Amino acid sequence: MSAPADAPRDTGAPAAPVLGAAGLRVAFAGRAGRGTARAVDGVDLDIGAGEIVALVGESGCGKSTLARALLGLVRPTEGRVVFRGRALGHRPRELKELRRRVQLVLQDPTGALNPRHTVYDAVAEGRRIHSGSTADEQEHVAEALARAGLRPPERFFLRYPHELSGGQRQRVAIAGALVLQPEVIVADEPVASLDASVRGEILQLLLRLRDDYGLAALVVTHDLGLAWNIADRAAVMYLGRVVETGPVEDVLSAPRHPYTRALLSVLPESGSGEPQVLAGEPPDPTRIPGGCRFHVRCPVLASGAAAAAGVAERCRGEEPGMLSGSGAAQVACHWAHAPERV
Amino acid sequence: MDTASRAPAGRTAAGPPRRGRPGLHPAVRYLGGRVITALVSLLAVMVTSFFLFRVLPGDPVAALTQGRAVSVDQLEAMRRDFGLDQPLPQQFLDYCLGMLTLDFGMSYEYRVPVSELIAERIGPTLLLAGTGTVLAAMLGLALGTRAGWRRGSLMDRVDTGLALTLWSVPSFWLGLLLIVLLASGAGLFPTSGMSTPGVEGAFNVALDVAHHMVLPVATMVAVVYAQYMMIMRSSVLDEKGADYLTTARAKGLRDAAVLRRHAVPNALLPTVTLIFLNLGRVVSGVILIETVFAWPGLGSLFYSGLRVPDLPIVQALFVVFAGSVIVMNLLADLVYPLLDPRVRT
Repeated sequence: MSAPADAPRDTGAPAAPVLGAAGLRVAFAGRAGRGTARAVDGVDLDIGAGEIVALVGESGCGKSTLARALLGLVRPTEGRVVFRGRALGHRPRELKELRRRVQLVLQDPTGALNPRHTVYDAVAEGRRIHSGSTADEQEHVAEALARAGLRPPERFFLRYPHELSGGQRQRVAIAGALVLQPEVIVADEPVASLDASVRGEILQLLLRLRDDYGLAALVVTHDLGLAWNIADRAAVMYLGRVVETGPVEDVLSAPRHPYTRALLSVLPESGSGEPQVLAGEPPDPTRIPGGCRFHVRCPVLASGAAAAAGVAERCRGEEPGMLSGSGAAQVACHWAHAPERV
Repeated sequence: MDTASRAPAGRTAAGPPRRGRPGLHPAVRYLGGRVITALVSLLAVMVTSFFLFRVLPGDPVAALTQGRAVSVDQLEAMRRDFGLDQPLPQQFLDYCLGMLTLDFGMSYEYRVPVSELIAERIGPTLLLAGTGTVLAAMLGLALGTRAGWRRGSLMDRVDTGLALTLWSVPSFWLGLLLIVLLASGAGLFPTSGMSTPGVEGAFNVALDVAHHMVLPVATMVAVVYAQYMMIMRSSVLDEKGADYLTTARAKGLRDAAVLRRHAVPNALLPTVTLIFLNLGRVVSGVILIETVFAWPGLGSLFYSGLRVPDLPIVQALFVVFAGSVIVMNLLADLVYPLLDPRVRT
């Protein structure tokens, strides 16, 4: 039996993906004396129309790099970004369509907005880039601000970012994305820098945009609770590779990968018994272990459960394959697939 | 709806939109604070100037009468004439009262009011120093932007290395070198002065002055452009990692436009202060260059005044030099809020 090949389950996920990664790898040349950092090391991931996908993982696992590669900001070293069924080229003209259809929302709106541009300029910028200054620009800006929940929009036109609250700034950043009427928003930790009281509002906004306008989103986060709240599908990333993916209920309520379990066990509300603190050295993308990339820290292997299931050798020596990018629940773990497991 | 009508689509590009700021108080307080600080500095400079040059070795009367047979009575008369026979507190009082009425006294050496000398010499200095500073700033900003945006490239390393080498060269040495090579050597430029006697017609005079300016200006630019470049380079570097540049790129803005529309305007902010400070310093900064090229400006006047020491001249010039730094610093403080909305509250 080949390692990860789950029987694909039909999860009712939307059909044609708007944006996806196929065998995507991104490597960065290391500094002197260090090897190449394989930040993204073979990922398939599709985002369907109107679907919210959460990309979950520790910091440094490559999730932000994957997001930037999907936006064409980082060139993949291997594999490709698939946009509307076609491989994405990286010449400026080829990127232009992607840049209109796929929008980025960053973690910290204070840094993501030019401090010397008014709200109006910040929101209008995208339109000016793609359609020039048109007569109806003001209406579009007002509409985008209103859709992002800043009402009445005219009141915000001439404000500067430093005059707004954190939540309002993030709404301005989102309005700047919405003004181009995109199909997908890639949000990199969209609420991590916001006050807890404002987080809910911004998440509500993302959900409402999906419901009202069919806007798909890739939400990059280290916060499993957030993924649970807004995502349809979750992909858990470890050291540059997606190790478990599927509908969010499956992944988060019945995790199969030991890494996902460990992440969940430290949530206060998980209720799944003992919190499991991962031992061993922190993951280093310049030195990805052979075999299963998680095996050096894997609690299942350490406890002997993997040996009991007869897969310990494979954990150390055989790499579980890449998961497919579709909506099916899948896990890249020898132990989870072992038939002898009790 | 009045807010909407104040934000028409096109005008936002023209510059930061004006908006009625409620309450003038903070602005007035800001302005008042800066002006008071400037006045206090100016006062300190005046006091320093008086005592500093009296500590200098050298007796003006002895220096001016050197090599001539003068009687003790004549020396006494000169002293009385200059007011040097008065007790120091009385001299200080006269000096202060004079400063307040812009009466800097009579030059010991030239026997004319110092204010006349300054008025006569300030034009050439402003011409030389202004031209040099504008060129140096433009060159430095352009090179610094390029170097910061492409940090680590060959171009960055060559430009930065060259700028720092020139920065560490003494300006008088470079000036002399240029004179030896290009003026007295190759004969391309005049060796000294600001104009050739006998040239007539406005256009010809302008051309003649420009010809005389080439070497002093080149010397000045070569030596000082590095500081503009390094400041601009580092502030472009600071902006380079900013998230809003990523946002702009992700929206489809080309790299050159990201630099032009976002990075450069923001990186210019810290540079503005430096430029204003330098505008004050250029007046004094050209002393060596004016001396080397015998340029008839304030710098060479100061140099000749120091040798005597011609106290009224050096005192007045010291206050003028320091005062221009203070005034430009004040201007920088006042201009900054116009450029950066964050300081404006």
